[in-house]
Amino acid sequence: MPIKITDLEYVYGAGTPFAKHALKNINLTIEDGEFWGVIGHTGSGKSTLFSHLNALTRIQRGTIEIDEFKMVGNGGKKLKRKNRPDFKALRARVGMVFQYPEYQLFAETVAEDVAFGAKNVGIKGEELDGRVRAAIQTVGLDYNEVKDRSPFDLSGGQKRRVALAGVLAMHPKILVLDEPTAGLDPRGKKEILDLILRVKKELCHTVIMISHNMDEVARYCDKIAVMADGELKLTSTPAELFTQTDLLQSLHIEMPAVTALACELNARGCNVSRAVLTEEQLVQEILRAKGVAT
Amino acid sequence: MKDVSFGQYYPVESPVHRLDPRVKLLASVVYIVSMFFIRKFTGFAVTAVFLTAAILCSRVPLGKVLRSVRAVLFLVVFTVIMSVLFYSTKTEQPLWAWRFIRIYKKGLINAARMGLRLIFLVLGPALLTLTTTPVELTDGLESLLKPLALMHLPVHELAIIMSIALRLIPTLTEETEKIMNAQKARCADFDTGNIFKRAKALLPILIPLFVSSFRRADELADAMDSRCYRGAKGRTRMKVLKLHARDFVAAFVMLALLFAVLLLRYNWFGWAFIGVLV
Amino acid sequence: MIEIKNVQYIYNAGGDDTKEALRDVSLTVQDGEFVALCGHNGSGKSTLAKLMNGLIEPTRGTVTVDGLVTSDKKNLFDIRKTVGVVFQNPDNQMVASVIEDDVAFGPENLGLPPAQIEERVQWALASVGMQEHRKGTPFRLSGGQKQRIAIAGVLAIKPRVMVLDESTAMLDPVGREEVLEVVTRLNREEGMTVIMITHFMEEAALADRIVVLNRGMVAGEGGKEIFADRALIENAGLELPLSARVAADLRERGLALDGNVTLPEELINALCR
Repeated sequence: MPIKITDLEYVYGAGTPFAKHALKNINLTIEDGEFWGVIGHTGSGKSTLFSHLNALTRIQRGTIEIDEFKMVGNGGKKLKRKNRPDFKALRARVGMVFQYPEYQLFAETVAEDVAFGAKNVGIKGEELDGRVRAAIQTVGLDYNEVKDRSPFDLSGGQKRRVALAGVLAMHPKILVLDEPTAGLDPRGKKEILDLILRVKKELCHTVIMISHNMDEVARYCDKIAVMADGELKLTSTPAELFTQTDLLQSLHIEMPAVTALACELNARGCNVSRAVLTEEQLVQEILRAKGVAT
Repeated sequence: MKDVSFGQYYPVESPVHRLDPRVKLLASVVYIVSMFFIRKFTGFAVTAVFLTAAILCSRVPLGKVLRSVRAVLFLVVFTVIMSVLFYSTKTEQPLWAWRFIRIYKKGLINAARMGLRLIFLVLGPALLTLTTTPVELTDGLESLLKPLALMHLPVHELAIIMSIALRLIPTLTEETEKIMNAQKARCADFDTGNIFKRAKALLPILIPLFVSSFRRADELADAMDSRCYRGAKGRTRMKVLKLHARDFVAAFVMLALLFAVLLLRYNWFGWAFIGVLV
Repeated sequence: MIEIKNVQYIYNAGGDDTKEALRDVSLTVQDGEFVALCGHNGSGKSTLAKLMNGLIEPTRGTVTVDGLVTSDKKNLFDIRKTVGVVFQNPDNQMVASVIEDDVAFGPENLGLPPAQIEERVQWALASVGMQEHRKGTPFRLSGGQKQRIAIAGVLAIKPRVMVLDESTAMLDPVGREEVLEVVTRLNREEGMTVIMITHFMEEAALADRIVVLNRGMVAGEGGKEIFADRALIENAGLELPLSARVAADLRERGLALDGNVTLPEELINALCR
């Protein structure tokens, strides 16, 4: 079942002189099996929007439907029981991975930390052990080697993997990632993104990734949502969005570096298509334009 | 959002806001002392007039100042009830008696006095923090306590600790929120169960917060060292506190209040009158 | 001038959890240079930053700044007046809740008279384009703006060398752009020596000289021609800048390209003639 957001509104600090309309009339449907990229500047409302999905932000106005869960806003007041789904079940369904793993690692051992979420939803005994082992292996770590280590002794990249495993052990069907590659070096970035692709194939049918990196979004996502000033400006596919230079400019979005390079080549008379989203495509295009057989 | 609720500084331009923080700090001390000299209700009336005038000058909404009483409301109510119930005297008939409880007129008066004193004790300093930024307060304190540095008390260090603490409060508040969200996303439950269960549920918040605070402290120390910090040694300040005419006026008004309160308390009018007659 | 000679650095030396961050590094940075220090996370590049103004002492070897050895405590104040460091997380390098007070912190430590501190704060904030925020608090600013305040805080000390220890890593593209613009201008117009530690190769390509670190050793150094050596860069866990990557792919597949290609402009020139 899809995620359906209808007429969602959100105001921070309502009734104070500092009130801020953080989300304005958001309508968005995310189908099963899609990989969404969400882009927009800091403060555009993208984090606020997606923290609604697992009820970390209390819905004020509008409706959100995710599978059998339904939340209807109650003007900022606590949701009435009939409008409130089982938050634990919802949070296990919509896994949320935050930017900095330091914000969630706390247990004495990696295994305990990974087990935390699953344990909270009532998984016990052998099933819990099995899930923890599987999650740690999924994120590409050696279970026997890391399970008894302290999560604080791991490298930055490993911490990020353990944090992801801790969410995967709850068996979420939808995964929301907030800038999963921020602060990683190029190799670490690629490893995490490939890992996310694998997770999508094997475990979670829907992935939503908030990112500042246009090249990542262009390369990995099927659909893109653009946020600005609390509004959902548009939804599109990377190929459609990133070839519209004027639209990008009016939305203050940069092009992916590869697309920009292709456009520049095109403008300078090299017969290269502007609709290029990955490096491989660009190389192919240049070779074709130059008449080099591949 | 986060930094709004923090501290209760009310950012407007006013003569009270512009006063030297040292004068405001000393004035608060004098004010608190004078509260303990008040016995008659006329004393409270004089204070109320004085305080109302100061609040009007400060351009802080009256409601905002009065709201600070809320924090101690329980204490005020508790004190008043207790002093009514446990007042006893042999010189007066009780107004009302039921089993062992006796309520006297003097008890009521006494309780009202205590309640008023508590309320006024809170209102004065509230006006101080509403009109003075935490930074000014720290600078003012450092400057006032400077003589203690001669006695080898670490005045500068205390001041810098205070200002860093103030600086870090909003950052840590925001961080706590992020950590709570990260754990809630893993279905952590902070609101149910008995007290032990709840205390244990806090560990997943406290541990990451501690780990990150230590890292922050480390990095901040490096950044301070890099910016040539050597403690108080050879350090000067950009903002040097200077007294203006308005500060002397404020000090004078404050002393006038103290004097008025003392007059009422010790009936100096009477003594002075006798003195003049003699 | 900063001279790093045969430096080794071991964390927790003598303890049971030792970790060798730098094995044997020698490096000289001349006045006015713009040097990029690149390496994967854990390559020892941040350790190198801390060595340059004496926050840590080398386990072996020496670091000297204008002839002053960092291992002599008496030199530290003068060294830090010369070498300023901007760190990664802007939130962890601000000491005051008001922007002008934070920028004033450095010159206050130098013991300057108030009027001169005032002047420097004004100048430093103007240099990073943040003068209108002077009386504000840093909490409401964006990451890029906060990092510019941190740069102003270092500038106000008037150092001749500025080390940026992954100062753009936590910023979004807009913030990164803001910081890079300020830094390049300081180098080009004010003659400030800049040592930029980064793993973004597009940033490194802005520098006059690129030093690649790998596992605590200098794996290679040179101008932009260093990007011709794809194996060197990739073995160090890094990535060529996009244009250099595309050029290398094209060459591998049989398209001849003239000259050294690192920047988009160079690729375009090589292809569109």
